[in-house]
Parts: sequence; C-alpha cells; structure tokens
Amino acid sequence: MSEVKIEKVSRRKFLIRTGLGTLGVLAFGTYVSRNPMRRAVFEMVEMMIPPYSGTGTEANLWFEITQDNKVFFHSPKVEMGQGTFTGLAQIIADELDISIEQIEVAAAQTDTGIIDSGSTGGSLSIASLWQPLREMAATMREFVKQEAAKKMGIAASRLKTENGLVSSGSKTMTYAEAIANISSWELPDTPKLRPIKDYKLIGKPVKRVDLKAKVIGAPIFGMDAEMPDMLYAAVVRPEHIGARLKSVDTSAAESMPGVVKVVKNDNWVGVIAKSFSEATAAKHAVKIDWNIPKKWTQKDITDLLKVGNGAKMVTQKVGSALNTYEEDGISLEFSSPIGAHAQIEPNGALALVKDGKAIVKLSTQVIGITQRQIAEALEIDVENVNIIGTFLGGGFGGRLNTLHAVVAALLSKEVGQPVKYFFSRKEEFQNDNFRPPTHHIVKGKLNANGMIDSLEHHYASGDVAYGSVILPEALHTILGTDVGAMRGGNIMYGKIPNRRAVQWHTSLPFATSWWRSLGLLANTFAIESTIDEMAIKAGKNPVEFRLAMLNDEGYEGRTKKVIETAAQKANYIEGVSGDRAMGFAASIDTGVPCAHVVEVSIQDGEIKVHKVTCVLDCGLAVNPDQVRAQCEGSIIMGMSAAMHEKMVISDGKLVPTIYGPYRMAMMRHTPEEIDIHLVQGADVPLPVGEPPLGPIAAAIGNAVRRLTGQRLTDLPMELV
Amino acid sequence: MKISFNINGQAQIVDIDGNTPLLWVVRDVLNLKGTKFGCGKAACGACTLHVNGESIRSCSYPVKFVEGKEVVTLEGLSANGTFHPVQQAWIEEVVPQCGYCQPGFMMATAALLEKIPHPTDKDIDENIMNICRCGTYYRMRKAIHRAAAIKQANS
Ligand code: FES
Ligand code: FES
Repeated sequence: MSEVKIEKVSRRKFLIRTGLGTLGVLAFGTYVSRNPMRRAVFEMVEMMIPPYSGTGTEANLWFEITQDNKVFFHSPKVEMGQGTFTGLAQIIADELDISIEQIEVAAAQTDTGIIDSGSTGGSLSIASLWQPLREMAATMREFVKQEAAKKMGIAASRLKTENGLVSSGSKTMTYAEAIANISSWELPDTPKLRPIKDYKLIGKPVKRVDLKAKVIGAPIFGMDAEMPDMLYAAVVRPEHIGARLKSVDTSAAESMPGVVKVVKNDNWVGVIAKSFSEATAAKHAVKIDWNIPKKWTQKDITDLLKVGNGAKMVTQKVGSALNTYEEDGISLEFSSPIGAHAQIEPNGALALVKDGKAIVKLSTQVIGITQRQIAEALEIDVENVNIIGTFLGGGFGGRLNTLHAVVAALLSKEVGQPVKYFFSRKEEFQNDNFRPPTHHIVKGKLNANGMIDSLEHHYASGDVAYGSVILPEALHTILGTDVGAMRGGNIMYGKIPNRRAVQWHTSLPFATSWWRSLGLLANTFAIESTIDEMAIKAGKNPVEFRLAMLNDEGYEGRTKKVIETAAQKANYIEGVSGDRAMGFAASIDTGVPCAHVVEVSIQDGEIKVHKVTCVLDCGLAVNPDQVRAQCEGSIIMGMSAAMHEKMVISDGKLVPTIYGPYRMAMMRHTPEEIDIHLVQGADVPLPVGEPPLGPIAAAIGNAVRRLTGQRLTDLPMELV
Repeated sequence: MKISFNINGQAQIVDIDGNTPLLWVVRDVLNLKGTKFGCGKAACGACTLHVNGESIRSCSYPVKFVEGKEVVTLEGLSANGTFHPVQQAWIEEVVPQCGYCQPGFMMATAALLEKIPHPTDKDIDENIMNICRCGTYYRMRKAIHRAAAIKQANS
C-alpha cells in the first residue's frame, strides 16, 4: 500500500516535493535534527538508550499535502508492530489540525525522506519525535495559514484551521488549495505548542492506522515486495560456528530446473532461480566442504561466560564493597541462555542492482545503515542506493544489522535483475544476532533491622552493544562498558547504603546483539529474585521491603508509586491461597518504572501463570491502547523467554533451528487475565516497548518460591 | 503438471511441478500475498489457508493435492469489500501488532468457528496452535470469542 503511494510521488502536486532544495525545505530538514541529535547524545550517556538521530544537514521530506487534501507523512521511524505510525499520526493531527483519516504514514525512503541514520529501537520512536514532530506540524499549519491568508485576502490571525480546512466565517479553503502553486518558501517561526490538555487525539485510544491493511493481509511487508522480472535466491551458509568455505562443487545445482546462476562468495554460495522452490531445491544440491577450526560445545560457552572472566567494569559504586563473604549474607547464582529473535517474517531483501545504482526493499530497523552497508559492498556512493523500508513482520532488535540485504544486492548485481532473497527458517535461527547468555552472582547482607545493608550484582554477558553497527565505535572506548548488557544491571534502591554492580564482558564466537530490552530481563531476574529471597530471610512483606528501600524523589519516587499501585490493584498477598501464590517484582528501565504481580499455580508439573497485573509509568501515553498492547506483548515475550526459550550449542552448531523445538509461548500459555494500569508520572511520552519485560521473569520465580519453596535461578525456569 | 482447482471462488489452472508447496503457488504464481511464509516446515502457522474448509499449513502442502478442490485464502474469506466476522472482531479488539502472523491466525480461527461455533478457552488453546512473536494472544482470544458472537448475530 505504502509503495503504491510512493511510486505516485511525481504525478502529484506536493508541497515539499516542489520545493526540494530551496531554503525553506532546508530549514525544515535541519530545524528538526539539531536538538534531538544533541539531546540524544546526552540521553545515550545518561539513560543508556540508543539515540534518535536524524540525518541532520540534508533537505528532507517530512510532509506532503496531496491534491485530494491528505497529508502523507514520511516517517523517519519504521513500523514493526509497536504502533509508532499511529502515535505519530495522532501527534501530527493535533498540531496540524487535520483528521487522522486524512493522514497516511509510510517509512521514508532514503532518497526522498528524512530517515533515522541510527535505528528504530530502544522503544524510542514516539519519545524522541514527540517534541520535534509537534513543532514541525505546528510550523506547517502556520505556513498553510499564511499562504491561505494571501490567497483569501484575510489576515492570517483571523483564520481558523480544522480538518484540513482553513476558514474565516463562511469562507473556506482546503490546505491543498492554500499551498497550490507556491514557488517561494518562507517558513514562519515555530509557533508556541498547544497545551497538552487541548489535544484532541493525543492521549486517546485511537485505532491503529495500519489496522485495516493488517486484517486484509495487504502486501505491506518486505517479504511481499515485488519487481518485474524478479528472480529468487537461496543461500548456503556455514552451519558450524566459525566454519569457512574450503571447496565448492556447484555443477549439480547449476543443472537443476529453473536455476539461472550459482554464485560463490567468500563464505556463502547463492543460487538464483526462477522460483523460490527451485532456488531452495538447487541449494540442497550444492556440495560444500567446510573447514571447521573448532567444534564449539555448550560447555565451552558456559565456561567462557562466567562472572570473573573477561573485561571487568564497575557500573555502580555506592558505599563500600562487600568483599569477604559475610556469615549471615546471601549469595545466589543465576543464568540465562542464548535467545533467538524468532520474529515470524524472516530477514531478507529484494534488491535491484543495475547501472551502478541499487534499489532495495526490505524490513529493516536501520534504513540508513542498510544504505551504507550496501553502498560499501557494491563500491558505489550512498546517493546511488535507495532503500525502501517496508512494514516489519516483527523487529525486536533482530533487524538492526542487515547483511542479508548485502547478499541480495550482490546476487542481483550478478544477473542485473531484481533478486529476492529471504532466510530459510534454519538460516534465521543459525545466523541470528542472538540475545547473549548471561551469568550472575548476587550477594547481599541484611542489617540488624532486617533491611539490606549491602547488595552486589556481578553480571557476565556477551556482546549487546559492543561491536554493533548502530553505535559509534568510539562510544565503547569512551564508556568502556557494554551499555546494552548493562540495562537493568544496576541496583535501583537508593536507600541501600552499599551497592555495587560489576560487569564482566566476553565476546563470544558467534554474533550476539540487541534483543528486546537487552540486559534488562536477565539482570532484573537476578536482582529481584535476590531481593525477594532477602525479604523472606528478613521475614518482611516483599512489597513493604522494597518500598522501604526507595527514596521519595525522582525516579525512585515514581518507582515507589508504581510498586504501591501494583500491590494495591492486584490485592497482593504474600502467602499461598488455594493452589496459587503471587509473585512480585519491579524494575526501572530508561526512566520507566514497571511492577508486575503474577498469580501462579503448578499444573501437570508445569508453571502456569493465571494473571498478570502490570503497572507502568510510561509518562504521557500518546495512545493508551497501544501502550497496553506493548505491555501485553512484552509480558508474553518475557514469559516466553522466562519459561520456554533456549538455544544451545550441539556438535558445533547453534540449535534448534525451527519453532517447536525452539519452544515459545503460545495461546495456551497466555494468562487468563492481564490487567494493566498506566501511571502517567511525567508529561512527556517515555519508552514503552521494553520496560514491561523487566520484572516478569523475577515475578514468576518469586511466586514459584512461595508456592513450592524452590528458588529457580536459571532461565528458562523449570521445576526440579 | 497441470493442476486445476478453485481459489476464492474462481477456477484456476496452474502448470507447475506438483510437489511445489501450495504456499508458493498462492503467493508467487497467483500473487495473493495475504498468506505468509514463516518457517516452511508446518511449525508456525503463518501460511494457514483453507482447502475444502479445513485449515491447512500451505508451506508443507504439495500443490498437486488441491486438484479439484476449493482453496480459500484470507483475500477470499468474505465477499468483496466486506469483513468476515473474524476480521471484524480483529478490528474491534485491535489485535495486530506487526501483523505478519495475523492472516494465519484469522484463517485458523475462521475454520475453528465452522467446527465449534462457540469455542471455550480450552477449545481455543487446543486448536489455535500458531505462533505470534509480538504476543498478541491475549487480544486474539478475546477477538475469537467476539467473532463467535458476531457470527451468531449475523446468522
Ligand atoms: S510457514 Fe507454514 S507453518 Fe510456518
Ligand atoms: S502480530 Fe507480530 S507476530 Fe503476531
């Protein structure tokens, strides 16, 4: 759908289109990017979240007003399910004075729109665009008014704007009429933004703008992309970790039906054929001898990744350290496994490389990086690479590196025709940028009053942010810490006098990277399970125990409120009632506190979660219904990681390579009730797509502890 | 080989290797992109469509087996321009997030409601075995009950 619109660009009359390259447009481009960029750098250091970064200096296309008086918004952020397009449309509508039905949103292509040279991720899309987008829309509204004033001969101050119409008394004019035939661009100063209470759509549960497309199965995903004379490719890659291509025999594959060309590259072999099935069949006929330097085992990885191994970095240091093991102390050891993204739309791309230019359509969280990667691989200028971002069939951090698009481009170059290459599910599982496994030791000591005197969290992790293409390399050097692995790693309770968090970082022999919420899930599991154990030891109610350790101001005050609300809404009680027990846990991530109360029983030897009460302080909820949807999704995904998912290394390979054996939460695992309460403790939107993943594993573990006496310390949790 | 069948009420003849999975015929030959590819191994349900009213995973269903049969994809679930009760319920409950798995779930649900017009939660758990990575199951379950109600009201 979006593609059709974009192809029509040149046939319409567009406000900014016609003005590309003029001063006015440049102002639009730079205007918005300057401050977010700076803000983002600070946020990066303060909040440890990936930044929003507009391209900054070039002229960019944000809004187009079409002749039928609609506004087409070229979004610098992509839609991967998180509801961003809807939230952004609400923001635009409220300052631009148009109805939501008049807005169409699509991911900006690199050659027409402003794109985010960083990524869509970190739950930041709405949070980072909140201010600049309202300013843009308001400026646009004033500009339309100014032009209408000239055409109508009425002072701009006497004009009203509503539903895409400029009016004064009985005289009206559409926005499209107002800006028709404009050749010079004089942008008004950015007007004062409206008070939040005056917004009509912001804060309302507006239905998703992509709802219809998604219930009719419209061809909106990368996988659905088409071009005339398109060919299909399948690729053979090493299955063993670290394997290198030794020798290849492609003769059998070449003579298979439908095969157009077999291409041998450095460490992969691609088969291009007339159909997907023919390419896949021929792929299996390619004979390869691999050089496997070492057959890695699960034990190798477990041994490598241990607290005490790798680069040590203290990420939190308050009071004094708890060095010697105290007699009445507590010490628990936790682990989490390798996790796969497992998004349902596999990674892949449709590429056309011809005459020194490339067009690539795909689902990507990093449009700008995809563009650079392809330009580099093809040795052409970035201006000659147009990336058309589609809707994503899930992201979760699994599309923050797009080397598969490079493969598609290289294959297309070989034949001068469009080539569509998608991972098989097996390739997807074996070539994922996995969530790294982690290992934790948490030590603590109570004081004479049964409150925590010292708490120390040691956490070992593989790469999350390290080596990632989405961060400047210098950042690692400056910070010295893997900022992704660190998420949730520090202890949030300010009244604990002695606190330490120590990161032990090791790079693993396979790629690990961003996975929704990064270190948060495992780190919170370790810390909040220990807090719970200490509450039990101190004979204290775990909710009151937590509240007593938090200060009243700032983030801690907001966390306190969230904890109190959760306990109250869930009617939290400590003991077992009937066959059920409750578990409590909380976390704060990127300034967003969250608490979960779960109700759990054991059925047929398995943990069954009946109810989750979730309280989130998301700041201003632009679309409360979609914030809820993100909470529900995070809870399910977190439960899936907490109770089912696990990749292992067997015979030098990462397995399993298919859903089913890679166990995931399904309909039958879904709680009967998910009760969500939003506390809006800030007047700006805050990230929502990841923070609710934080406490879920710990909350479940804490419930199981009360129910069975067992303290489960390894993810996925299994009863012993 | 030549295979003739009906798809979304229209007669079709394709000339193709009979072992080609139905999914690729539907998507790439007939250009109906509402049926999705997720795994190719009957493990996720993204490719679910109906053959003679039964929901099947088309990625693992050789096209030769549809000879003489009736195939329905999401595009043909309801008459032009109208929504099937399942789609209507999906809209009312705002189910989709990324949306990629949704066609498969809606097709599985539509087939379920033909067999069990008012499924219990247990019926749903036992019959809807697709995978949604965005975790929309909670809303789906509500939408399935709602679809059952809409269907009854319409009949
Ligand atoms: S694609 Fe057919 S079940 Fe996954
Ligand atoms: S909505 Fe994204 S996988 Fe189901």
